Amino acid sequence: MKITELFERGEFVVSAEVGPPKGCHVEQLLEEAKTYLSGVHAVNVTDNQSSVMRLGSLAMCKALKDEGLNPIFQLACRDRNRIALESDLLSAAMFGIDNVLCLTGDHTKLGDHPQAKPVFDLDSVSLLHTVAKLEEGEDLGGNKLVGEPPKFAKGAVVSPCSDSVDAQLAKMERKVAAGAEYFQTQAVFEPEKFIKFMEKAKQFGKPVQVGIIIPKSAGMVRFMNNNVAGIHVPDEMIEELKKDPEKTKAGVTGVEIAARIIKECKPYCQGVHIMALGWESKVPALLEAAGI
Amino acid sequence: MLITEMKAKETLVSLTDGKKVFIINCEGCKEVHFPGKEAKEFQKELSEAGSVTGIITTDYICNPDNMKLRLSKHMAEIEAADAVLVFSCGVGVQTISAYLEDKPVYAACDTYPLPGFQGVTPLEYECDQCGECWLNLTGGICPITACSKSLVNGQCGGAKNGMCEVDNTMECGWERIHRRLAQIGRLDALKSPVRVRNFATDDEVSK
Ligand code: SF4
Ligand code: SF4
Repeated sequence: MKITELFERGEFVVSAEVGPPKGCHVEQLLEEAKTYLSGVHAVNVTDNQSSVMRLGSLAMCKALKDEGLNPIFQLACRDRNRIALESDLLSAAMFGIDNVLCLTGDHTKLGDHPQAKPVFDLDSVSLLHTVAKLEEGEDLGGNKLVGEPPKFAKGAVVSPCSDSVDAQLAKMERKVAAGAEYFQTQAVFEPEKFIKFMEKAKQFGKPVQVGIIIPKSAGMVRFMNNNVAGIHVPDEMIEELKKDPEKTKAGVTGVEIAARIIKECKPYCQGVHIMALGWESKVPALLEAAGI
Repeated sequence: MLITEMKAKETLVSLTDGKKVFIINCEGCKEVHFPGKEAKEFQKELSEAGSVTGIITTDYICNPDNMKLRLSKHMAEIEAADAVLVFSCGVGVQTISAYLEDKPVYAACDTYPLPGFQGVTPLEYECDQCGECWLNLTGGICPITACSKSLVNGQCGGAKNGMCEVDNTMECGWERIHRRLAQIGRLDALKSPVRVRNFATDDEVSK
């Protein structure tokens, strides 16, 4: 089901993210998804996230769909040229997968195959444009598709707490012009920055889901602060995570922090996107604590 | 070796329409084929329309010291112009654009590669001879070489503290492009239609 339909109905749309395994067995992931994520509206499947090679996003989307979940097919431009991207979009449509999230993708140098050739034949904006063209029954080369064209809910990402927020807004505007219908954000730890961002982003008139990561430990957030673009976890939060190591280890502190962030951001956005990073089991508790 | 080919006349007209321009031709370098005839014709039309504050034809503007020396005598004419139109390879345009910080500097040509030996290695700016020069939309900063992913539609989500995700000692190319576009009052260039790169740089498929 297209998540744009949920936004149109005025629902506060909840999605969560899963990363396929580095291997060809998905039973465990499917089990976890069924157990912990059956309450969310849609499940993103990452596409070789952080340039680390894994099982394919499309195959995992199909497996989730067969289990009754509603997948969002993440599609990055790093590993495929326009021919392969378009072909995978048609394959997704054949499986009835109708949510896509278009990304540029991290550079290959950041992942576990730094020797690989980075493709970037298209980027997030030209990929959105390509999806929109396919929907009109034509490929990027200008050739007609046979039969009824596919139709997707076209998603994109934006980084609201980036230190280059104006550049991010300009890019967001280009994505909207290219056909983006909804946005998921990079993880937010500073609700004030997010709210300020939304004041400017609301002019584009597209629903935005605030991105949430459940902080696992002080070490993890310090790592993110140093290495992950667009994320800054304030010192008070790091202190909070340090205070009671047992509570933090059990995930209770992280859930409290994440729930608080959701509550603060909720009035300013149209949904939440949870990147559990292996803590899928905490998602139900988080949603409950956040009052969703 | 490389070939510079004049951009479509409509493109150049849309850049220069109603503006006073200063024109720089770079013809020095033996490695470059220069579209001499078309360039002269177009410049003549502009001159006759009274929109030219000055024209110089010089060589090796990719060498910053040489370029500064050549421009020094014409600063008043450059001052009087709304924009500077450069007929050269991508390196030349970038060199001038970086020097004339507050002035829109436009590339009048596209730069294509020609198999064979490389020409003089430019010192400060790089051009990958992508065949569809983007400099007019990016404030004279080459998105192909200044961005690690050669993105043409704007910044990726990877810049941290203004630095590129691939190399934290390199400033993000799109950070620079933004700053420059703001400086020359051309942020509207970001609102132009979706840009799709064309990797078919041979004439037949690209035109
Ligand atoms: S955009 Fe860059 S690579 Fe392409 S022709 Fe211009 S300067 Fe050269
Ligand atoms: S951080 Fe900037 S320079 Fe680096 S790949 Fe992204 S947009 Fe390009």
